[in-house]
Amino acid sequence: MPSPESTGQGTISVEHLSPELTRGFYRDMRTARDLDTEAIALQRQGVFPAYVSVRGQEAAQVGGAAALDPTRDFVFPTYREMAAALTYGVEMVGYMATHRALWHGGLYDVMDSRFGAINAVVGGPVPHAVGWAVGERLRGGDGVAMAYFGDGASSEGDVHEAMNFAGVFTAPVVFFCQNNQWALSVPNHHQVAGGSIAARAQGYGLPGVLVDGNDVGAVHTATAEAVRRAREGGGPTVIEALTYRVEPHSTSDDPGRYRNEAEADQWRERDPLLLLRTAMLEAGHADESYLARVDAEAARRAEEIRDGVANAPEPDGSELFTHVFRETTEELTRQYRTWKEEVEP
Amino acid sequence: MTELIERAAPATEGETVELSMQQAINRALRVLLTEDPEVLVFGEDVGTLGGVFRVTDGLQKEFGEQRVFDTPLAESAIMGMAVGLAMNGWRPVPELQFDGFAYPAIDQIVNQVARMNYRTRGAAPMPITLRLPSFGGIQAPEHHGESLEALFAHTPGLKVVAPSDPSEAYSLLLQSVRSDDPVVYMEPKARYWDRRPVRLSEPTDPIGASRIVRSGRHGTLIAWGAMVHKCLQVAELAAEDGVELEVLDLRWLKPIDAAGLAASVSRTKRAVVVHEAPLTAGLGAEVATLITESCFRDLAAPVQRVTGFDVPYPAGPLEPQYLPTIDRVLLAVQRTLEY
Repeated sequence: MPSPESTGQGTISVEHLSPELTRGFYRDMRTARDLDTEAIALQRQGVFPAYVSVRGQEAAQVGGAAALDPTRDFVFPTYREMAAALTYGVEMVGYMATHRALWHGGLYDVMDSRFGAINAVVGGPVPHAVGWAVGERLRGGDGVAMAYFGDGASSEGDVHEAMNFAGVFTAPVVFFCQNNQWALSVPNHHQVAGGSIAARAQGYGLPGVLVDGNDVGAVHTATAEAVRRAREGGGPTVIEALTYRVEPHSTSDDPGRYRNEAEADQWRERDPLLLLRTAMLEAGHADESYLARVDAEAARRAEEIRDGVANAPEPDGSELFTHVFRETTEELTRQYRTWKEEVEP
Repeated sequence: MTELIERAAPATEGETVELSMQQAINRALRVLLTEDPEVLVFGEDVGTLGGVFRVTDGLQKEFGEQRVFDTPLAESAIMGMAVGLAMNGWRPVPELQFDGFAYPAIDQIVNQVARMNYRTRGAAPMPITLRLPSFGGIQAPEHHGESLEALFAHTPGLKVVAPSDPSEAYSLLLQSVRSDDPVVYMEPKARYWDRRPVRLSEPTDPIGASRIVRSGRHGTLIAWGAMVHKCLQVAELAAEDGVELEVLDLRWLKPIDAAGLAASVSRTKRAVVVHEAPLTAGLGAEVATLITESCFRDLAAPVQRVTGFDVPYPAGPLEPQYLPTIDRVLLAVQRTLEY
């Protein structure tokens, strides 16, 4: 059963971690926070039609993704994994392009990035991770598949099927659930029978770990252990990182219709970035001037990504027909000609 | 059934042997597993058992448990797994045991398999061939006699094929699995035991090509899967009355051979399309439209459709009343002649 300690209370400590590691966490979390803020502003300015914020979930994403090896692992995200993508080294203008609706899956190269396409079917990519992991073992590689999903997706049949398959095949997968406690408007108690996603692992014969999702070090330690185990042939692990969606589900959402913001305020105060900053200062991993320099660098990088995506060319439709098939069909070619003659701007 | 499976080495090009359709598919799978080390065969009961129709019989023994394996019983995860395997460089050939059980996997097939190449702008191709025992005619339980071709053909990104005899089954499977696009390969269960001399040949026609199975000049019967056999029976009977019917095996239900349809019907001036699936929004409507678009002035009569009825696929004793009968097809031919 999951540890009862990880209930998302109190401060965190990074004494047991290396300064290099926590400085990397801080840089990525700070950058993701700034990029998130820029993205919300772009939505307000009408540049993005909509945006899904990762605010408050940076520790869960950065701590987990930092435990992976982008040269041999493979990440299967859903649509709220911006901080994980950034940490993993995905080309971020291409990643954010999906939020500007330039291309549904984003414009980064998923195979070069080893980071799957942004996927709006929650739970859908989880069996992909299992397939990739089974394939990795078949070819004798030691890569690990990371499957991201949320508390809402934990209700999807695909997630259960995937965990069962992974258990049967001893596949090197980390099932990483960011439990942000809200599946759009539906809270955990109306979503998760039994109250724990981590506890479900037991039924599939897998280790299940509940971790404080706002404690980046705790997330990293748990994920690194799961990755090590998977890499060494020990099979899958389920990690439930308990966090909170402090922003609306998306910029189109109105949480006033379904939740008491006093609860959200408590979680806003327990900001993972501030927790890390305080812990780093206490542990002597950084001083104020160092952090100020990182803050400035993060802001600059976020602005660069913002400008990159805001100034990216609009799709002109010339690729509408290009990728439907590897070998196109006469009918599709005919429709392309129709588009050229009757539609092309 | 098992003892019928021949365990010869993969066929040599052009060899002619007597095989049932299920054996011909088995032969094709052996060729594919032999020629391409990245081909994987998996699904429910395909390993140790060799499949409920014995199509994969002997494959696990010959190619090992890594290349041919059983999965747990979950169709969505089988297709989801195929996506992940493809993203790791494999060429998956999953089986979903029966047509009706493809429905639980529709999300993965339509939202993931069909779109991943598009979503990733060509970075993550899906060279997946879904083998799907399909259609009716074997008096099976509910959900074991469905015809899903219109659903798949309507999905951008999928190619769909239905072989009609053992030779076709062999070469079309080679072509499907070697294709870098996802293909739904619909096996007509009712013809699995159709045993005849099979020419084991490499595919020669391009993907999407139909074929004329019997030539005629008074009208064209258009069908796929098991209905091709039925149409040949119809043509035989009609010939006794001096009516010479052409039988066109569409084979590919996406892409559809519009030029092949036009070439035949512009000559014969009459067309009857025959399928097992229900009438409304069935593929017969697409075929009829393509013919009307290309042959409007040549047509001597409106295109006729002889199909299953718009009812759920019925229980065994009613199956002969649901499926297109020889008499119904003959009546449709007569309507085109008397129009």
